Amino acid sequence: MEADSKPKKSGARLCCVCNQNRAALKRPKTLEQICRECFYAVFEEEIHQVILENQLFKPGERIAIGASGGKDSTVLAYVLSELNRRHNYGLDLFLLSVDEGITGYRDDSLETVKRNELQYGLPLKIVSYEDLYGWTMDEIVKMIGLKNNCTFCGVFRRQALDRGAALLKVDKVATGHNADDIAETVLLNILRGDIASFNSDFIIIRFSLWLMLGCQNLNKFSTYAYFKKLDYFSTECIYSPNAYRGFAREFIKDLERIRPRAILDIIKSGEDFRISTTTKMPEQGTCERCGYISSQKWCKACVLLEGLNRGLPKLGIGRNQGLNSDGKKDRKRDSRTPSIESK
Amino acid sequence: MACNSSTCNYSGCYKGYEEEEQPKPNTKAAVNGGNSCQNLCVKCKVNEPVCCGIGGENSRFCKDCFKNNLYGKFKQAVTYNAMITPPDKVLVAFSGGPSSRVVLQFVHEMQYKAQKNYDANKDKSLPVFGVGVAFIDESSTHSFTSQHIEKAIEDIRLIVSNLAPPSKELFVVPIESIFSSDGIDGKERLKELLDAVSDVTGKEDLLIHLRILLLQKIASENGYTRIVLGSCTSRIACHVISATVKGQGYSLSADIQYVDSRWEIPVVLPLRDCPAQELNTLCSLDGSLKIVEMLNGPCSGINGLVSSFVKVLQEENPSRECTIVRTAGKLTPFHFNRVPEIHDSNVPSATRRHQKRYTLKPNGSLSSNSFCPICNSPLKKSNFPSSLRSHGSQQNPDLFASACSSCQFQILPKDPSLMEEFLSLLPQQMITKAKHGDQGDFSLL
Repeated sequence: MEADSKPKKSGARLCCVCNQNRAALKRPKTLEQICRECFYAVFEEEIHQVILENQLFKPGERIAIGASGGKDSTVLAYVLSELNRRHNYGLDLFLLSVDEGITGYRDDSLETVKRNELQYGLPLKIVSYEDLYGWTMDEIVKMIGLKNNCTFCGVFRRQALDRGAALLKVDKVATGHNADDIAETVLLNILRGDIASFNSDFIIIRFSLWLMLGCQNLNKFSTYAYFKKLDYFSTECIYSPNAYRGFAREFIKDLERIRPRAILDIIKSGEDFRISTTTKMPEQGTCERCGYISSQKWCKACVLLEGLNRGLPKLGIGRNQGLNSDGKKDRKRDSRTPSIESK
Repeated sequence: MACNSSTCNYSGCYKGYEEEEQPKPNTKAAVNGGNSCQNLCVKCKVNEPVCCGIGGENSRFCKDCFKNNLYGKFKQAVTYNAMITPPDKVLVAFSGGPSSRVVLQFVHEMQYKAQKNYDANKDKSLPVFGVGVAFIDESSTHSFTSQHIEKAIEDIRLIVSNLAPPSKELFVVPIESIFSSDGIDGKERLKELLDAVSDVTGKEDLLIHLRILLLQKIASENGYTRIVLGSCTSRIACHVISATVKGQGYSLSADIQYVDSRWEIPVVLPLRDCPAQELNTLCSLDGSLKIVEMLNGPCSGINGLVSSFVKVLQEENPSRECTIVRTAGKLTPFHFNRVPEIHDSNVPSATRRHQKRYTLKPNGSLSSNSFCPICNSPLKKSNFPSSLRSHGSQQNPDLFASACSSCQFQILPKDPSLMEEFLSLLPQQMITKAKHGDQGDFSLL
């Protein structure tokens, strides 16, 4: 598409696609001027193309949409149900929400999801940490503080999504991870020594829909949600200020200002990394305690849970904390791949 | 008996003095006053420590042990990778900065020891390797006064002449000599070339590619067999991130190994395991290690951003750079990331055994033999079809098709009609590569 703007005397530009309406914004990826309607169309069309090209869905499939109430998952829910209607995907769509038990954050965002259920006509299922694990994030943070809480939440949420998906008997789970998220993950893996993840993350990306939105930049989501006046919740998690991901996020934001395509370049690099096929990859087995998928005797969630229940908050965190000897004894239960642990 | 524990806080500890605040690892080398006698060098346990290594509290060294620790890392890298063997002539790339200065010093000390052994040895079986120094004068790309540059060059001459015996040849070469024509022509052409690159990062990177080509030229024309760079852990960590950001994930592993033989003269990185912070500390501790301030100007664009990012990460965790390099080190290197086989019988068999043991097995199925003409990065096989489709002839190689995606974006002109002119501005070496890349070297597939 050529940037074909015709500035009038007042400086107003025309949309480069339809050449009729006034341009309302600049596309972050290409810096072209575009009007609202064309933006919606282009955005929705790109997602549709990704779905087609990667053959993400089959007619008749039941799909759970991970819905947090935030702009990414709200946009995902909206667009997916739109496209399902418009292009007759033949999908049965559900909203799946995880309640981590964070007062003042999650309870508010869940209200948003409940509204989405009505607005989009998609049945909603909520799974909670309280029910699944017997702990809310509030209780966890009270016990372990604000340093490693994101680790707990992330591990628990992943399992919770899977369990919710099983309850709904769906074939696939769709999440609203966008290009920025994936780029952050690539960087984090480099920073923290996690090379095994490169392969498995990208396999996951190909087969379970995260890449679906990987072609879109963060900005587009906000813009789309904002312009369409979609109902979404926009506060940051109150427990996240110390998350290491914050470093990567800051960097990527700065990077995008200089070179917007760098985000996609990071993802491309991640896909191109030469990882030896002989690099020790985790073997897939099942957890002895709960039967969930695991590469170790116990899955990570069970290890963390055990730590919480026994009052050993460092169990399963890091390598050699040195603060409690039990951490060393139980290291063999740590579900991290031994060969690539880093300090 | 020394109470060596830095976390010792028992009130009954035998030392009756006020415990000094332990210096943070990131501060400059501070002479630790005689107060805390529980502080002893962790290595020799005799002298007082004067500085901290990257390990913070656990690596407080005295000056000698600190230097020996760094020299040890250098020596190990050289030996295990058979970087320098007796028949070699090594060219040390010298920028004036701390890493350059240290690598030059260490190479000199290694050569000096070899010379002494040679002199003491009756049968004179092992010749001593030769050392030369190359300084690339990039003043034509900046606007500094000629006084600055002349003073800097004088300082460099002094440094090199003091590193004798054995004496070392010094090459001071302006960057524009990369073009066959010298003098004003070269300067003009360089300026035109850099002006033709609109992206700031692209400009910086192109200059780096020109620099390495010029080093190759100097080495090749003067009979050198190795080029030594002072690239330290920190620089490599920055390169890992910036290459990832530029979409060069495939070729990344080629640039960060100890040895890079894709060039005519293999390039070696003996300081790969040394953090910049420690090299800086060494220079400030040792008065004889003078640094020449080159005032190259701060990096801007992506390179500058990555540099500050890594700095922030280092502050949060001093071993972050090492982790980054270690992680990237797990990526599969290329078949050219080892020294070429040594067949010279002059080389001691121990060294040849080392080489066989520690050089990497070629991974034939994954090796790609097509390289980007601009940055010389190995191209993924999927690039072959595009170069086949090109319509370039012998006279007009299709530069765009043969280049990597990063160079296509940040260095080559966006407008195809400007491509031919750009091609005419490039140095001959890149044009030759473009021609071969265009036809695809399939003989080694």
